[in-house]
Parts: sequence; C-alpha cells; structure tokens
Amino acid sequence: MAAAVVVPTRRRRHGKDWAFHLVMSVVTLLWVMPLVFVAVVALRSFDDISFNGLGSLPHSFTLEAFGTAWNQGNIAGALGNSIVVTTATVIAVLFLASLAAFALSRYPIPYGRAILLVMLAGNLLPPQILLIPVSQICELLGIYDTLFALVVVQVGFGLGFFTFVLYGFMRSLPVEMFEAAKIDGAGDLRIYATIVMPLCRPALAALAALESTWVFNDLLWALTVLRTDTKFPITAALLNLQGGYTSQWNVVAAGSLIAAIPTAIVFFAFQKHFVSGLLVGVSK
Amino acid sequence: MSATDLTAARGATGGPVDRPTGGRRRRLSRRVSPVVWLLLIVPFLVEAGWVFWPAFNSFQLSFTKWNGVGAAQPVGLRNYTDMLSDPIFATALRNNVFWVVGFGGLSVIAGLSLALALNKPRRGVGIYRSAIYLPMVFSLAVTGLFWRVMYQPDGPVNIMLGAIGINTGEHQWLADPKTALGAILVAAIWRQAGYIMVLYLAGLKGCDPALEEAAAVDGANRWQRFRFIVMPQLRNVNTVIFAVTVIDSLRTFDIVWAMTRGGPYNTTQLLSTYMYQVGFTLVNLGYGSALAVVIFLLAIAFIITYLARATRED
Repeated sequence: MAAAVVVPTRRRRHGKDWAFHLVMSVVTLLWVMPLVFVAVVALRSFDDISFNGLGSLPHSFTLEAFGTAWNQGNIAGALGNSIVVTTATVIAVLFLASLAAFALSRYPIPYGRAILLVMLAGNLLPPQILLIPVSQICELLGIYDTLFALVVVQVGFGLGFFTFVLYGFMRSLPVEMFEAAKIDGAGDLRIYATIVMPLCRPALAALAALESTWVFNDLLWALTVLRTDTKFPITAALLNLQGGYTSQWNVVAAGSLIAAIPTAIVFFAFQKHFVSGLLVGVSK
Repeated sequence: MSATDLTAARGATGGPVDRPTGGRRRRLSRRVSPVVWLLLIVPFLVEAGWVFWPAFNSFQLSFTKWNGVGAAQPVGLRNYTDMLSDPIFATALRNNVFWVVGFGGLSVIAGLSLALALNKPRRGVGIYRSAIYLPMVFSLAVTGLFWRVMYQPDGPVNIMLGAIGINTGEHQWLADPKTALGAILVAAIWRQAGYIMVLYLAGLKGCDPALEEAAAVDGANRWQRFRFIVMPQLRNVNTVIFAVTVIDSLRTFDIVWAMTRGGPYNTTQLLSTYMYQVGFTLVNLGYGSALAVVIFLLAIAFIITYLARATRED
C-alpha cells in the first residue's frame, strides 16, 4: 500500500514525517484499542476477570469463553442463520435489481426516471415507518417468525438502492454493443444475460460486498419479523447472550468477536470493492 | 425472444418509414416489449409490497388506536396531540437533535481531519487508513457490546482516564443518565468516522491539485488553501454526507438498543428506539405508527436533498 518512495528533498520533510507518524500511530492505536481490549477479555478466564478486574492485565489464557458462547450461547446456530439470510438476500436483491436496472437503463420506459426515483426514495425511508405494518403483513401471510420473511423484507427494502446504482452503471456501458447485439438478432433476455451481466461484474462484486455486510449486521429487521431465539441471526443472538451472561464479560466479548469476524473477512478480502461500493452516489 | 422481435417488428412497420435504415433501427429500440416490462414490474412490485404499501399503512394506523387484536379504532389526530404532552417523546426528540448534531458534527470533523491527514500517499498511510475504517464493518450491535465492555466500572475507559490524571472513581458511564447518551455517541463515532473519511478521501481525489499549487504560489497559507480552494471543491461530497448523516441519525436504533435500550429512565431514548418500544413492547400500534410518521416527516427534507443530488444529470 505504501507506494510512496518519496525521497525527501529538504531536511524539514524529515521532521514533518516523524511528527506525522507519531500522531497517526497514537490515533491508530486509540482506534484499534477497543478491538484489542475485547480480544484480550475474550481470552481470559471468568475467575481471572472476577478476581483481578476487567481492566487488569491478563493472568490467564483460555479459549473456554469462545466455547461457551459457541455452544451454550447459541452463537453457532445464529451464525448459520445469518449466513443463510445474507446469502439469499444478496443473491435475490442483486438479481431483481439488475432486472429493473436493465429495463430502465436500456429501454425508453415511459416515466422511467420517475420510477427510478420512486424506487430509490423507498430505500431512503426510515425503516421505522415500515416496522409495524411489515410485521402485520408477515403474520397475515403466515411467514412471521421465519428466515424467509427476513429475507423478503430485506430484499424489498434494499431493492431501490441497488436498482439505482446498477442503473447508473448500465447507463455508462457503450450503446454500440447493444445496437450490435440487436442487429445480430439477440432478444432482450439474451442481451441481459450474455452482454449486460458479464459487463456488470465489477459493480455486482462491489455491491455484493456492501450488501452482505449490511444484511449480516442488521438487527432491526430481525427483531421485527422473528420471535424464536433459535431463528435469530447473530446480531439478535448476541443481545440475548449479553442478557443471559450478564457478568461474564469474557463470554460476551467472545460472542461479539465471533460476530465481527465474517464481516472483517469480507472487508479485507474485498477492501477495494467495498470502498468503491461505499462511494456510490458520491463521486459523480 | 422471438415474440419480442415480433412486437418490435410490428412497431417498426406501423409508422412511416422515411429513412429506411436509420429510422427503422431507431424505432426498433423505441418499442418496449412485454418481456422488458416484466423485468421492471416484478422488482417494482416486490418493493411496492414491502415498502410503499407498509409505509402507506403506517399513515393510516397513525390515526387509530390498536393493540393488534380486533379492529383498529379511529381516533383522528389524538395520537399526535398526545405526543405534545408525552415527556418521553420530548426527551427522545431532544436526544435526537443532540444526536444529529453530535453524531453528524463530530464524525465529520474526525473524518475530514483524518482524510486530510491521510490524503497524500506516503509510507504507512494504507495501514492507518485500514485501521480507522475497520470498525465500519462491525455491526452496530457488535460495536455496542464492544463499548459496553469498555465502559464497565473496572474497564479500560476509567483506567485510561485515571492514567492521565482524571479520577472517575469507577464511573458507571452507561448507568448514569448524565453520561449515558454521550457514551453511546462516542461508540457510534468510533464506527462512523472511518466511513466519512472514505467519502472525503474520494472527494479529495477529485480535487484539482493544480489549483492548490497555484494558490500556494500566490502566497495563500495552508488554512486559506483549505478554506477557499479545497472546501469549495468538496461541495458535492459535503451535501451527500450531510443528507446521509441526518438520515442515518434519524434511523439510529441498533447501537442504543445494544447498549442501553433507551435507559436509564428513558434518558437515552431516541425517536426510533421509543417508537420500537411503543410499537413492539407496549403493542400500542397506533401511537407507535404516529411516532414513525413523525420520524418520516423529519427525514423527508433530507431524503429529497439526497435524491436531488444523486439523480442530477451531469
């Protein structure tokens, strides 16, 4: 990452560099401290914490808190639920959004722009205005308290944003390709599947990275459409864990670390995609 | 697919054909086939069913009194007039104003300063950047729990403050009504600053360095260059960040729920947490919906700002 091999031309630069690194090291250390501290707590034993205090240096090293969270705390099952919901939501939302974006970007749909705006506006609504009716609708359809309901709700709510972003991306593709494909006799679906989707791969990757962390991190929708503990995704299960192991901070810390690891992996693996996904709508 | 071509062909033969090739091709792409309509309508209906319809229902419910069983009783504007004399609503609204200003202001100051510091590529910048935007990938629930551990009376926050000479006497940050909301705010900013930094870094990348150099040659100092050369170029980023931050602030729920659930004594209630409590814990669906409508009305101006910015044709 450090691509700079700038040879300082004046002595003053040296001094500045030194000050810069000093300040930034302190800031960075402060920034990662909560993470480090929680990791240390998670690796200590309950006896150590209750005897020496939460803030003391560790006097023990054990993975038992991870075991407790994983097995008794139901974190294992919750992680599974989260992965199922996240995968299903990401695939469904990107697929549906790409269809709508394709139609809106490549065809002269009457009032296409207004439709796009309305769809984006839906995503910007505060979710609070949807919560009560959404839980009612789920009850009515008999899908309340199922992972399916959670997926459907998140797909519906996310659609507008992803349609908007993919629309922008598809508009930027060269028109000549479509014209050429049309002259060759390719139908609409064929153009979508063989020309547009492959070209959209970078955009889809960025959006998938972004949406998977959003869905994985969601708490509010899960609390709205789920009731049974065993169906909870990891965020909601964590809060339960915290309620059940009130003073066992090592278990709570271990549970939150387990919940943090998958998104951290996605982040480091797709850092570039992730950042470019965040920038959507800003750098125009 | 052949059906589509047929429709398109029919459309093409319908009108006068004055320019045999160009006009025909144009017309081909002017017709929208049923298949294409279907591609648009399916996603649109999903969103309509799960977003627009429920939103509309919230408005309706907000004029009723209902506990979820039996029929909803229409009560007119009673829910809204009740709000005026509801002390918890007043607290939540006050807290939300504090939250918008604190969360927005501090994370922008932190994010912009960090972006300015880490803008120029040099050794180590990548590591600093990654460390600062790492918290962004943790869920707000995880962030909340991390900081609950930090804020324990015998935890590191009190120990570190003690180490720099501030004796807090095992202060219970989250249990003290005076400090609870501020303590949550710190946790939220810890997570948000990296995001704002990323946005500003992108904005700074789009700035023309030649302008700054020219100003430097003309004798403008660092602050003047920032204020009069860089800031105006960041106008678009600022608008987006402003709208996004306010919308986010009005949505904030998870982190408060994970850290205090609105307590102690409702002192950390935000509009969103209070709405959730009224709607789902107290099952007072009419009043809960009215609170949701208020959140919506507060957000709408910023939603429009964002929409106007996002859809501007360049």
